[in-house]
Amino acid sequence: MPKSLTPRLMDLKNEIEGYARSFGLDFFEQVFEVLTTEELNMVAAYGGFPTRYPHWRWGMDYEQLSKSSEYGLSKIYELVINNDPCFAYLLEANAEVDQKLVMAHVYGHNDFFKNNFTFKFTNRKMVDEMANHATRVRRWIDKLGVEKVEEFIDVALSLENLIDQHAPHIKRNPDPRVAEQQQNVRAEGFKVAKDYMRPYVNPTEFIEKERKKLEEEKKQSKKFPERPQRDVLAFLLDEAPLEDWEREILSLVREEAYYFAPQAQTKIMNEGWASYWHSTIMTTRALRDHEIVDYADHHAGTMAMQQGKLNPYKVGIELYRDIEDRWNRGRFGKDWDECDDLRVRRSWDKQLGAGREKIFEVRKHYNDVTFIDEFLTPEFAIEQKLFTFNFNDKKNTWEIATREFKKVKDKLLQSLTNFGQPVIDVVDANYENKGELVLSHKHDGVDLDPGYARETLKNLQSIWRRPVGIITRAEGKSIMMRHDGTTFAEKKLEL
Amino acid sequence: MGLRIDQDHTRFKAIVRGKIKQNLRKYVQQGEMLGKKGKEFISIPVPFIDVPRFKHGSRQGGVGQGDGDPGDAIGQGQPQPGDGSGKAGEGEGQHVLEVDVSLEELAQILSEELQLPNIENKGNDKIVTSRIKYTGINTVGPQSLRHFKRTFKEALKRQIATGTYDPNNPVIVPRKQDQRYRTYRMESLPQTNAVIIYMMDVSGSMGDEQKEIVRIESFWLDTWLRNQYKGLETRFIIHDAVAREVDRETFFHTRESGGTMISSAYKLCRDIIKADYPAASWNIYPFHFSDGDNWSADDTRSCIELLKGDILPDVNQFAYGQVESPYGSGQFIKDLREHLGDHAKVALSEVADKDAIYGSIKDFLGKGR
Repeated sequence: MPKSLTPRLMDLKNEIEGYARSFGLDFFEQVFEVLTTEELNMVAAYGGFPTRYPHWRWGMDYEQLSKSSEYGLSKIYELVINNDPCFAYLLEANAEVDQKLVMAHVYGHNDFFKNNFTFKFTNRKMVDEMANHATRVRRWIDKLGVEKVEEFIDVALSLENLIDQHAPHIKRNPDPRVAEQQQNVRAEGFKVAKDYMRPYVNPTEFIEKERKKLEEEKKQSKKFPERPQRDVLAFLLDEAPLEDWEREILSLVREEAYYFAPQAQTKIMNEGWASYWHSTIMTTRALRDHEIVDYADHHAGTMAMQQGKLNPYKVGIELYRDIEDRWNRGRFGKDWDECDDLRVRRSWDKQLGAGREKIFEVRKHYNDVTFIDEFLTPEFAIEQKLFTFNFNDKKNTWEIATREFKKVKDKLLQSLTNFGQPVIDVVDANYENKGELVLSHKHDGVDLDPGYARETLKNLQSIWRRPVGIITRAEGKSIMMRHDGTTFAEKKLEL
Repeated sequence: MGLRIDQDHTRFKAIVRGKIKQNLRKYVQQGEMLGKKGKEFISIPVPFIDVPRFKHGSRQGGVGQGDGDPGDAIGQGQPQPGDGSGKAGEGEGQHVLEVDVSLEELAQILSEELQLPNIENKGNDKIVTSRIKYTGINTVGPQSLRHFKRTFKEALKRQIATGTYDPNNPVIVPRKQDQRYRTYRMESLPQTNAVIIYMMDVSGSMGDEQKEIVRIESFWLDTWLRNQYKGLETRFIIHDAVAREVDRETFFHTRESGGTMISSAYKLCRDIIKADYPAASWNIYPFHFSDGDNWSADDTRSCIELLKGDILPDVNQFAYGQVESPYGSGQFIKDLREHLGDHAKVALSEVADKDAIYGSIKDFLGKGR
């Protein structure tokens, strides 16, 4: 069972919290708990939470985490939850210097959760909410049996990435009443040569009849949904023939997906920010002489580059440092951009000292996509040795494709867009007037994984109960993949 | 201590168990080559179970960090996707999950899938062995059973109680009344000993492939019988024209040439049984594998006599597996079938290839003897 901090750790917490505050970090109340390795693996398998609804997937993750920590392949130092108060779990077996580092890191996350705009609408009582979800699912399991409920959760999880990541921040559909008025049909009737003839040529009854006819026609031609809907889960909740318990489970899976989405959208920024602060707090304040080697070893481990992998900790912290440095020296704006004298650029220092302030601003207003888009510079890409890689079919290996800045940046942005998930909308829920559901995949150069798509369609069909399909591109051709509940079909589309 | 996640973990294991069951035929063919083998656990690679999603296909590439020029290969095989970065490597190849399964559980899965009956003990459960079990502590007893720790504990208790214990000079002197002794009870246990006697033809006509089949099959037979009997012994006999007893290693790796006289093995088997395994208290399982090519009809006749007269009365079941080989005539099984085919204690099976192992295990173990 989770233990609260020992008096020694409590002192450390107070010390680190003091440093964090003095640097201007602004965080929720922080609660640390100490766990054994097994407990920490459990919480990690639960996605960082102490309780989740019953599902085999947590068991699988737990199995993997336990194995890899047993073999010494991986070690989780800490877990932190976006919640108010913010909960973080420390590993009991950590050395003291590690606990300090982890605490400093956690204050970075905590500040980020509280201030970054993507988290603005997340439920800050999610720990309670998750426990409620668990209770609700358990109740249905008691009533309906574990297989039935689990099977449906499998289906729901299979669709959980089909949400609208921007939904909390914007309104996609205009107010229906306003839209209605704007598009109101006006029946004109026959043309008349003279105004006074109008009542005779177009009597009121005739006009009324005409208007009704037009409206009817419009209704007939109305698509459903009227415009593509990104939040497929919400659409299913509204329109699919679900039973009460199914609706409840689908809706809680959706709620959890929305809760986790901002973390996927800010992985680089969030880890970078936390790393920036553990490094700053440790090296300027908290570190004692005898701890330096251990700290350096641990920090280097976190920041290590592995070939073919982009380490979000590393890219994040370096980018914040780069921004801080540029704003300290005034290396931004029109003059800087237009200066092409390399010597001048190299010694450019306007002594603005605005770096710290700038990164605080950045951590508030950006997500990974805008962060990279705005602040990734060619110099930075070279320094960080960024490259793109492709699969070489002939050699059957992955290999470095290019280090060209524009391509690197494009590829990086592409992989971050829509938190790395394919962009998919509901476009038609009454396809060919047969009540079939059609999704459309916005193809951005990468095909869907066909095997996974097939299985997912099957799951979608089990919810929609009528045949379902998805329009996408495969190997350069437009196709529609379709599943009618028993068989899967694929056809080329003439577009 | 129980964790909340144990429930989910159990669910997951149940699912994996289902997967293993589904693919048992495949695993049976791989036998002992499955994975790392521990004493009680075997780790089995099962296909990664994933929740399907609409996701980007593999091989789309991504962004990485590090040294190297364009065209240089990165990593070995596939790089794993960095979080939030490229999705390279995802879905690439088959993700494999290694799951620990206890041999006991494996045997159970085997029995459920093959519908193996539990073995009826030969009636030996009336034979009991007795065993000494230390069950308690007493104040009297022989010196040889004195319990030092408890004795000194008692002495310490007494000294503290009487105020003669000095923490600065912690000397504890036990007296007569402090002495504690272990006490024992005689327990009688039903006898459940069993022995497998493997015999294999190692004459020139048995190739590596045939031997591998034998090895795989023996792994499963071991696993199953070990599940049925607590104390399982194994003995190994190889033969060509003469038979000799060997260890497990030699058994599977020897290759001789020359002719085949099966009776030599059966003679040795008989002698081993007579010497070491009195039929009254042992469950005895001879398994013989050969390509079915015997030296002469005379020898075959003496084999059958040996079986009928000496071996069969003593054993639970005699099993003969004929491994198909390009050189063997495969005559032996026909002879056995003719003379002993309807004998309750005889199990015969032809193993054409690895695929057939599955069915052959059923032939051997399906009788429940």
